[in-house]
This record gives sequence, structure tokens and C-alpha cells, in this order.
Amino acid sequence: MKGLVIDPALVENLLVNFLREEVGHNGFTKALLGVSGGVDSAVVAALAARAFGPQNVLGVMMPYRTSDPASEAHARLLISELGIASRKVDISGMADGYLGGAKIDQPMRRGNVMARCRMIVLYDLSVEWNGLVLGTSNKTEILLGYSTQWGDSASALNPIGDLYKDQIYQLARHLKVPAPILDKAPSADLFPGQTDEGELGFTYADADRLLYLMVDERMRESELVERGFAPDFIRKLAARIAATQFKRVPPIIAKLSHRTINQDFRYLRDWGK
Amino acid sequence: MDCRVTLAQTNPTLGNLAANLRDHVERIREATAAGSQLIVFPELSLTGYFLKDQTVDLALPLAAKELGELATLSKSISIVVGFVERSKDGRIYNSTAFFEDGRVLAVHRKVHLVTYGMFDEQREFAAGEEFRAIDSKLGRFGILICEDAWHVSSGYQHFLNNVDALLVPSNSPGRGIGGGDSDLQSRRTWNTLLESHGRFFQTWVLYANRVGWEDGVLFSGGTRIVDPFGDVACALEGFDAGTLRGRIESRTLERARVMTPLRRDAKPWILAEALERGLAKDGGA
Repeated sequence: MKGLVIDPALVENLLVNFLREEVGHNGFTKALLGVSGGVDSAVVAALAARAFGPQNVLGVMMPYRTSDPASEAHARLLISELGIASRKVDISGMADGYLGGAKIDQPMRRGNVMARCRMIVLYDLSVEWNGLVLGTSNKTEILLGYSTQWGDSASALNPIGDLYKDQIYQLARHLKVPAPILDKAPSADLFPGQTDEGELGFTYADADRLLYLMVDERMRESELVERGFAPDFIRKLAARIAATQFKRVPPIIAKLSHRTINQDFRYLRDWGK
Repeated sequence: MDCRVTLAQTNPTLGNLAANLRDHVERIREATAAGSQLIVFPELSLTGYFLKDQTVDLALPLAAKELGELATLSKSISIVVGFVERSKDGRIYNSTAFFEDGRVLAVHRKVHLVTYGMFDEQREFAAGEEFRAIDSKLGRFGILICEDAWHVSSGYQHFLNNVDALLVPSNSPGRGIGGGDSDLQSRRTWNTLLESHGRFFQTWVLYANRVGWEDGVLFSGGTRIVDPFGDVACALEGFDAGTLRGRIESRTLERARVMTPLRRDAKPWILAEALERGLAKDGGA
């Protein structure tokens, strides 16, 4: 689909410029991120290495005891290709400390705890590294709400949040992300055998095309059906977007005064920067 | 109206008047030293763009000392600057001031405030009501602030006013990566618009757009001079702050207008009569 095709050199230029300036606004010249061995964090790491220099980027590997060893192997491959600094923090101890005591076995709850443990590690290391935490969520997963709130969705800034998964791959190929990362099925690796597409129940290719037409081109259901999308699929995604809006906005504050934060107290984060 | 001009592609600090004024003064001094007779800054160059609740705190009356400092510098170079204006009756405008010979020669208040999508200008600003030509010692100018230029009627009035150059200070956010093009769609649209204005209004077009990011929004530069044939005389590429120096000349205006005498052959009274009959009121039905 033409609307999803990007010129990756242009996007690289924009995002390197974005990282440098927006991180700089906050007085930082360094950044860190969780490197999972997947394509999203690979793209962000590659952009950050270009923006700040590899020595100023910390890639943090945070396996859990059931994580697929291939994830760490791919993360190491990326780190070595980019020449960025790295750190491994096994989150099994901290996660199990809670999960075991509370006897939590539901996969979604376990996955959320792991994602939030990783957030804790990254934000703590950001103090030691003196850098900002970069987000690695893409537009497809943000719209679908396919993330853990305050977990993998937490970051100081996110260079790839306006790129659909297909566009992430276009950029990844341009940035020469290692082939094993490009070739494998996307997975949150929160439990063995998990794949994104298996869990979501549809492919990224279909979701990207539909989301692009729904969100970017503002097409109505009748127009989408004319383009061959099944009404059930359209409604499923539309409902999913609406149901997960809470993940995309700050918490709601009860308005009591005449001037309430985010209602009628309105400033950019770059206020004065 | 032959004159040497500087267009400043700035990256202001959001809401920091003092820092931005220092940058203006430095750039004005450099332009003066380089022999420029006119320097044009982008829209809201003294403040930055997404001001939200800062707008009212940054509004300056024309007698403000910050503007006085620029007026003083205009004894040696004409200066066009964007700022938040507080009028005598207390309204807030998105304004551009033209300083010359130590005083404010003219102020244009943005007429077409953008209020859609990512923009919310009508919440912050009152709208200007007119497009007046400015008679400067350097020539006759018309100012279109950003969205003003998207309405053909704005440029058409300056065309009828026989301006020598359109000054287009802008804060255009870059957007649109689909289709695989090597430039942002918004930049390509602006270039088409500016070249069309040059060609069909047969005037010089001086476009000063800012750069830099505000909360993830890029202002996409592309500062340029377009000649009265619609060709780009010179331009800044990329997304960095910079300076564009060029020259605008009467002879080019004369040649363009002799080759294709659009102004001579314009029949504005047809439009006037149609408006009189209620064209604008009933949408032409």
C-alpha cells in the first residue's frame, strides 16, 4: 500500500534529528533502552547510535528465566554490530520475588509484572547512565493497546511511535539491522512459544493496512468494506482502539478548581526549552 | 527596490523571550555586517510556536522594551520579526512587525488562524482583519503569515496592491512520510504554493520558516526566495538553523510582468461585483 511506503533515508534523518534535539532539550547527551532482540528496539538502538554516538547509548538486556535464549543472542548480535554499551540484568529474582509469593500464574499478569520490572530497571539505570529512557513501541501496537501500561510503554521519548510495523521493517532494512532479527516472527517473549500475531489473532500486515486507512486516511466502515476488509475485522480493531485509549493518555484528574492540570493548565513538556 | 536580503531560519527556545531576543540581535548584527538591507524572521520568532497557556504571558505591546531594542537596530537594516502582540484594547494577536529607521513601520496581524488537526490558534489569538501593503524605503511589501498564504485571496490582494515582494514568515510543521517520497509532503506542498505565488502574483516571495522540535513536532525549514517567474532563486535545505542571503531586483519584476502582463490584465472589478452580489455570503449558489 503506497501510503505505508516510506523513504527510509528521510525518516532516519528526521528521527536522528529528533533524538538529538529532544534529548538535548532536557540537558542530556546520552540515552538507554531495553534491547529485546526484536526489530523495534533494534531500530531505536540503531537510530540512537547514529544520534548520540554508540558509546553514549546503553542497550540493556533483561531476560527472565523462561525467556527464549535466542532473544538474548539476537540482542547481543545487535549490540556488537552497533558497538553500543551494554548491560545484562536478569529480572528473574525481582519478578519471582513478587510472582512466587503472590502465586500468580495467569500469563497476562505474569507478563505485565515482567514488563514493569524491566521499566523499573531502565528508569533506575537512567540515573547511573545519566541518560534518558527511549521508547520502543510502534504505532501499530500503540493503537492496538498491545503493551503493558507503565511497562514497555513507559519512556521519556519515543522515536518510532508514529511508524507502523511495516514501516519499522522498511527502516530496519535501511539501518542494516541483522538478518536474524528481521527474519523471525515478532514476539513479546513473555511466555514460551508466544508470537504477537498468534496472540492478536491477525497479522501485522492486515492490521497495518486497516489501521492506516482508518486512522490516517479517516475512512469509514463502508469505504473499508469496499476495499476488501471484513466487517468483523474492522469492528474488532475499532473497538480495540477505543477500549485501549486509557493507555495513550495521562491519568484522569478530577476537576475541582478553576485551573486543572491538563484541562486548563496547558503547557508543552518542552516549556522553556 | 533592488535590495540585499537575509532570511533567518531560526530555532527559538519555547517561551524564552530573552534568549530569542539575543539570537535576533546577533543575527541582525551579522546581516548588517554582511551588507543586507532587510532581514526577515519566521512567524512568532521571539517566542516559539506551541505556547498554549504561555501565550498571554508573552504578549508584548508595541511599546515593549524588547521591540524597542529591535527598533533601534532598524536604523541600519529593516527588520521583520514575529511576536505575540497585546493590542491597546487587550486582544492578543499572532503578529509580525516591520521595523525601519528606528521605529515600527507596520504590523500585520495574522488573519487566517489555523484551528484544525494539530493547531489551535483561535483559542489563543484574535484574528487580524486586513492585508495592507507596506511602503518601505526598500520597496512595497505584503506580509502573509503562514496560513495566510494558503488562502489565495490574501496573496491576490497584495497582487492588486502591486507589491514588489511577499514576505511569508512561517512556523510550518513537517509531516507526511507516506508514498516513499524523499521529502516531507508538507514541504513539497509549501514549495508548490510559494512557486505558484511567485508565478501568478508575479512578485518576489521571501519565505522564512523555522526549524527545531517542540514536543515531537518538527518545524521543517525550507526557507527560500522565489522569483517573479516562480523559480527558486536560493533556498536552505535540511532541517538545521541557518541563514539565507540573497538579492531581489526590480528588473526581474519588470521582465516577468512584461512577458505575461497578469496585473495589467486583471479584472478585479468582476470579483468586486460578484462579492457585491453576495458571492461570499451564499457560497456562489
